[in-house]
Amino acid sequence: LPSFTGEVKCEAPNNKLDKFTGTLTLRGEKYALDNEKMLLRGCTIRNTDWCFGLVIYAGPDTKLMQNSGKTTFKRTSIDRLMNVLVLVIFAFLALMCLILAIGNGIWEHDKGYYFQVYLPWAEGVNSASYSGFLMFWSYVIILNTVVPISLYVSVEIIRLGNSFYIDWDRKMYYQVNDTPAQARTTTLNEELGQIKYIFSDKTGTLTQNIMCFNKCSINGKSYGDVYDMSGQRIEINENTEKVDFSYNQLADPKFAFYDHSLVEAVKLNDVPTHRFFRLLSLCHTVMPEEKKEGNLVYQAQSPDEGALVTAARNFGFVFRARTPETITVVEMGETKVYKLLAILDFNNVRKRMSVIVRSPEGELTLYCKGADTILYELLHSSCDSLKEETTEHLNEFAGEALRTLVVAYKNLDEDYFQDWIRRHHEASTALEGREEKLSELYEEIEKDLMLLGATAIEDKLQDGVPQTIETLAKANIKIWVLTGDKQETAMNIGYSCNLLNDDMEDVFIIEGHTSDDVLNELRNARKKMKPDSFLDSDEINIQFDKSSKKPKIIPDEQANGVYGLVITGHSLAYALEGNLEVELVRTACMCKVVICCRVTPLQKAQVVELVKKYKKAVTLAIGDGANDVSMIKTAHIGVGISGQEGMQAVLSSDFSFAQFRYLQRLLLVHGRWSYIRMCKFLKYFFYKNFAFTLVHFWYGFFSGFSAQASPASTVYDEWFITLYNLVYTSLPVLGMSLFDQDVDDRWSILFPQLYVPGQQNLYFNKIVFVKCMLQGIYSSLILFFIPYGAMYNTMRSDGKAIADYQSFALMAQTCLLIVVSVQIGLDTSYWTVVNQFFIWGSLSVYFAITFTMYSDGMYLIFTASFPFVGTARNTLGQPSVWLAIFLSITLCVLPVVGFRFLKAQLKPTPSDKVLLKINEAKKRPPPPSPKRRLRRTSTRRSGYAFSHQHGFGALIMSGRNMRPKSPFATTGTFSPNSDKYKHKGL
Amino acid sequence: MKNKMSFLPQEGEAHPSRCPDNSAFKQQKLPAWKPQLTIATVLSSFFVIGVFCLSVGVCLILSANSVREVQIDYSDKCSDCSKLRENSSNWNKECHCYVNFTLKEDILGDVFMYYGLQNFYQNHRRYVMSRSDAQLLGRNVNIQKSYCTPFTTYKNGTPMAPCGAIANSMFNDTIDLYYNLNSSVIQVPLLKTGNSWWTDKNVKFRNPKSYNLSSAFAGTARPLYWQKPVYLLDEQDERNTGYINDDFIIWMRVSAFATFRNLYRRVRRIRWFADGLPAGNYTFHISYNFPVSKFKGRKHVILSTVVWSGGSNPFLGIAYVVTGTAATLTGFVITAIHLKLRKKKTYFQK
Repeated sequence: LPSFTGEVKCEAPNNKLDKFTGTLTLRGEKYALDNEKMLLRGCTIRNTDWCFGLVIYAGPDTKLMQNSGKTTFKRTSIDRLMNVLVLVIFAFLALMCLILAIGNGIWEHDKGYYFQVYLPWAEGVNSASYSGFLMFWSYVIILNTVVPISLYVSVEIIRLGNSFYIDWDRKMYYQVNDTPAQARTTTLNEELGQIKYIFSDKTGTLTQNIMCFNKCSINGKSYGDVYDMSGQRIEINENTEKVDFSYNQLADPKFAFYDHSLVEAVKLNDVPTHRFFRLLSLCHTVMPEEKKEGNLVYQAQSPDEGALVTAARNFGFVFRARTPETITVVEMGETKVYKLLAILDFNNVRKRMSVIVRSPEGELTLYCKGADTILYELLHSSCDSLKEETTEHLNEFAGEALRTLVVAYKNLDEDYFQDWIRRHHEASTALEGREEKLSELYEEIEKDLMLLGATAIEDKLQDGVPQTIETLAKANIKIWVLTGDKQETAMNIGYSCNLLNDDMEDVFIIEGHTSDDVLNELRNARKKMKPDSFLDSDEINIQFDKSSKKPKIIPDEQANGVYGLVITGHSLAYALEGNLEVELVRTACMCKVVICCRVTPLQKAQVVELVKKYKKAVTLAIGDGANDVSMIKTAHIGVGISGQEGMQAVLSSDFSFAQFRYLQRLLLVHGRWSYIRMCKFLKYFFYKNFAFTLVHFWYGFFSGFSAQASPASTVYDEWFITLYNLVYTSLPVLGMSLFDQDVDDRWSILFPQLYVPGQQNLYFNKIVFVKCMLQGIYSSLILFFIPYGAMYNTMRSDGKAIADYQSFALMAQTCLLIVVSVQIGLDTSYWTVVNQFFIWGSLSVYFAITFTMYSDGMYLIFTASFPFVGTARNTLGQPSVWLAIFLSITLCVLPVVGFRFLKAQLKPTPSDKVLLKINEAKKRPPPPSPKRRLRRTSTRRSGYAFSHQHGFGALIMSGRNMRPKSPFATTGTFSPNSDKYKHKGL
Repeated sequence: MKNKMSFLPQEGEAHPSRCPDNSAFKQQKLPAWKPQLTIATVLSSFFVIGVFCLSVGVCLILSANSVREVQIDYSDKCSDCSKLRENSSNWNKECHCYVNFTLKEDILGDVFMYYGLQNFYQNHRRYVMSRSDAQLLGRNVNIQKSYCTPFTTYKNGTPMAPCGAIANSMFNDTIDLYYNLNSSVIQVPLLKTGNSWWTDKNVKFRNPKSYNLSSAFAGTARPLYWQKPVYLLDEQDERNTGYINDDFIIWMRVSAFATFRNLYRRVRRIRWFADGLPAGNYTFHISYNFPVSKFKGRKHVILSTVVWSGGSNPFLGIAYVVTGTAATLTGFVITAIHLKLRKKKTYFQK
C-alpha cells in the first residue's frame, strides 16, 4: 500500500450528494470515479471488516458539511425589539433634554437674568441660549437612567437562569441512556415560548428507526392481537405476557410478540403457517453474521427486512447462512439447505421481490413479497376468498398505521423453470435493453401466485410522539416533517403519529416534475383551500401587485378546513426557485401539516429559510443526524436529539434532549415561562425606569430647568440614583423573572392554548412598551405632584418648615421605591420565599441604608458625600409625609389593579379564559388524568415495507460480497474475492 | 416526587448519574403563595381603600380648616424701601416700613411667624450646591476647592465666611410684631431659637473653635451682601451666633421650590399672649433689607398655628377625598360590571 502512487482529479467541493465526477490515474491508466464509488461522510460499511479507501474531501470540504450551511449568530426577536426600543428611548431622551434645554433658555432669559443678583451666571456663560445649550448636556447626563444600561445584563442573567432550569428538569431526563436535557445556548429561551413552526426530521426523531414485526395474517387468520377471556381486545403494554421463545435456541431475545396462538399454530405444524415463515426466512437479501455460535446478527438493507427475517427466526425458521447459491435455514431445529436459483430483485416500479429456491426435497418454489396493490393483481383466481379476508386484515393493519406486505408463493414446473432460467441468463447478459428484458421475464414468472398472507410491521415511533404532536397542534404550532425517506414511508409515519388523519379534508401531494406542474399543483391546492385567495381583492395579491423587490412578510391565511400537504424533493427543488417560492409558502402555510420527503439536507435548510423569510414567525428545527445540521442551524431555534446517530446534530443545536416528546415540555412549560418572565421583566423594567427618571423632568419645570449631574441637585439624593437600579430594585424583579409561574407545568401542558399569545407576540411588543411608558409617565406625575402638593406652602406639625429640598428628595424617593415595590408585588403571581425575601429585603435595605447614610457619624466622617444628615429622622416622623406616601401608592397602583381586573372581565383574551377555567378547575378535585387513546380510523392502505431503491440481490447472486464468516454454517466454501472491492471513501 | 425516585437506578455510586437533583428549587416547585386578582380581593381593596381615603381626607380637611393663618404680602406695601434697595449703593441705609393688620378673633395656641418668598429659586442647581458644608462644620478648609464660586473670596484673597451663594443671599429683613392695645403699643415677645432641626443645630453646623468667636473668624470676611460678619448675627446670645445662628441655619436648608416659607419666630406665650394672639390691631415693623423686586420676587410675612397634619394647606385633604370617592365609585362600577357579566354568563349557560 505505501507504494500506491496515483493521482485523483475531481471536482471542487460542492454540496451535491448524488453527483461526483473524477478520475484516478494509476500507473498511467485512467479510471473513472463516480458517485457509486464514493462513500459519504457518516456512512457505515456493513459486512466488511476492512477496506482500502482514499480520503477525497475532508472536514468542511465534505459533501455533508457543504450541505450544512453557515453558522449564524442567533438572536431572539425580543433582542431585536429591545435594540429598537433602546433607540426609541434615546430619541425620547433627546426630546426631553431638548424641551428642558429650551425651557432653561427661556427661564434664564426671563428670570435667571434678573436673579443674577443672588446667583450670577456661571463663568463663560453670557447668554440664556448658551446656558440652555449647556443644560441640554447636563440633562442628558441626569436623565440617562431612562436608558436602561443594566437591562442587558439583567436580561442575560434571566436567560441564564431559565437555561439552568432546562438543564435541571428531571422530566426531560432520559433515564435509558442517562441523558438530561441541555440548553446549549443560553440566549434564546424566551423564543421557545413563541414557536410557530416546527421542522422535524423523521428517522431517529419521530421514530426510533426500529422496525417491529407486529402482526400478520396467515391464510385468512389474523395474529398479533391479544384478547382477554371475554374476547375483548387488550391494550398491549409492558405488563402483557410475552410469547416464550425458549424452545428455540437461536431466537433473538429482544424480539417481543404477544399473541400465543401463532406459536401454537407453528408448533402444531400448520402448513400455511410454516410456509409463511419459510417464505420470510428465504425471500430477502439480508446477510447473516455469526461471530459466536448462536449469536446471529442480521445485516439488512432496510430495517423492515431485518424485522421480517428476525420474526421468522424466532418462530423457528432461522435464516442462518447464505452463499451465492444456497440459503441455510434451521427449520424447527432441523437444518435445511435451499438452493438459491434466482433473486428477482426489488425496485421502485415492481414494488415486490421474489426468490426461486429448490428445497432439499427437490421442490421448486417461487416466493414473493411485495406491496398489496401490486401483488393482488398477480394472484391466482383460486385465492379470491382468501384475498377478501386478507384485505380486511390489511385494512385493519393499515388503520393502525402499520407497514404491510403481502406474501405469496408459487410452485414451479421444472421444465418451465429451466426454460425461464435460460432466457433469464440470456437477458442478463444482453447488452441492450437488459433492464426491460429482465423485468419482462420477471413479470412472466410472477403470476398466478398463491396468496399466503400479509405481514404488518410497525415503524416504532418514539414514546409519546402522537400525544406530543397532538398537544403541539393544539398549541397552534404547525409541524413540518422534512425527511429523506420516500413518500410512502413518510406519509405512513404521518398517519401513525397522527399528523395526517382521515378527518382532514384533503392531503395534497405535490410531485410534479416540471416547474409548471408544480405551480399548477400548488395553485389547485390553494384554490381548494381558499378560493378567495385568487381574487384580485385579496389583500396579499394587492400587496404583491404593488411589487417591490424586497421579500415581504405574508400574513397568515385561513384555509376553509384542515388540510395536509406532501411534497417530494424534486418538486421542492422547483418550488424553491424564484417566483414559486411565494406560491409554496402561501399554500403550505395554509395546511396544518406539511411533509417533505426525499429532501436533501440543504433543502431542509432552504425550506426553513423560506418560512423564515416570508413569515413573521419563530421556527424550530429538530433532528438527530448530521443531515439535520443545516436546518438546525438555519432555524431560529435548533433542537438536537441526543440519540444514536452521533453528536453532529447536538453539537450544532441550541437545545438538546433524548426524546422527541420532551419537546412539548421544552416549549409549553419552559418556553412559555421564559417568555412570560422575560416579558414581565421588560415591562416592569421600562416602567420603573420611566417612573424614576421622569420625576426629574417634571422637577425641571419647578427648578429653573437647572439640573446637572453634581452632588445633590436632582430630585433625589445622588446615592439613591446610584443605588436605585443596582440595589433597591434589581433583586425583586430578578426574583420575579426567575420564579414566576402563572400556572404550573401540569396546566400548561393540559391547556396548550395558553401558548398562543406567545406566538402572536402579545406580551411584549411596541404597543405594550408604549403602555409601559404611559404608565411610567403617569406614575412619575403622581410621584412628583403628590409630594409637591403635600409640601407646598405648609409646615410640619411642630411648626418648622417642611418644604426643604432634602425632605422633598427623601419623600419623593421613598414614594418611588415603595410604589415600584408594590408594583412588582402586583406583577408577581408566584410568591416563593425568595420573592418575599427580595421584596421585603429590598425595602428594608432601603430604609437601613437611608438611615445609615443620613446619620451623624457618616456626615462627620464624609462631610461632602452625605449632606443629607438628619433628613430621614426629621422627615419620616411626620404624619403628613406618610399620608402623602400612601396616597402616591394608592394613586399609582389602584388604577392598575382596576384596569387589569376590568380588562380580564370585559375583554378577556383566550388565555384569560383558559386561566379562569383553570382556576375553577383548581377548586374541584383534580380530574383523573385523562387516558388518551388515540383512535385512528384510517381506512387507508398504508405504505409497504421496503424503504430503499434497489435491493442488492444482484450483489448476492454474484457472490462478490461473500466471505466465509460463518464457520458454523453447514455450507461449502467459496472463494473470498471481495478484497478487490475497494471503497473510495471521502 | 418520591415515587419518581424509586425509578432511579441504585448503582449511583459507581456511575454518577447525570440525572438532575430532585430539589424543589431545580424542579421549579418551590412552595409559593399565588395571589390572584379575584372579584373579592379587587372589590375589597377598592372599598377598603376608598373608605379609608375618604375618612382620612375628611379628617385632613377638618384639621387644615382649624388652622388660623394670617398671610401678608409686604413687597408692595413697602414699595419705597423696595425702590431704595434696587440700587445696591444704598446698602448701608436703613429703611423701615410698617404693616398693619387686624385680628377679628383670638388665635389660640402656639403661633408661628414665617417669612415667605416667592419666585426665589432656592432650588436652582448652582444655587443649591454653592456652599461648603465642611466650612460650616467649623473646619479649616480651603474653600477655593468648594463649589462656592463666585462667592468664595474677595479680590484681595480674604475668604468669605460663610461662603457661597446661599449664605450670601441670606434673608436679612428684621420683622417685629407690635400689638396695639388701647393706644398703647406692646411688642409681642418672639422666640428666635429652637426653630431649626436639632441635627442641623448640633451636628451639621458648628462654629470654629477658639477662645472667642471673633478670633475664630479671624482672617475671614463677611459675605458680600451681608451688613455684619457672621459672628455678630446675634449679639445677645452666644449660642445663637456664628454658623449656629438659627436664622442662618434655616436659610441654609434650601427649599425645594421657588415659593417657600421659612420659620422666622415663635410667639412666646407669656402675659397677654399666654393663650396665643388676642384679637385686635397689630403692626409689623419691618426693617427692609432684602431686595426682591429686581427678579419680581415677593415677600410675605405669615402668622399661623399648626395641627397634627401641618399647616393650612388643604391639598392632601382634598386629594384624599377625591381619591377615596374615585376608589369607591370605581368599586361600585366594578361590582355592576361583574354582576352584569355574571348574569349574562349564567344566561348563556342555560
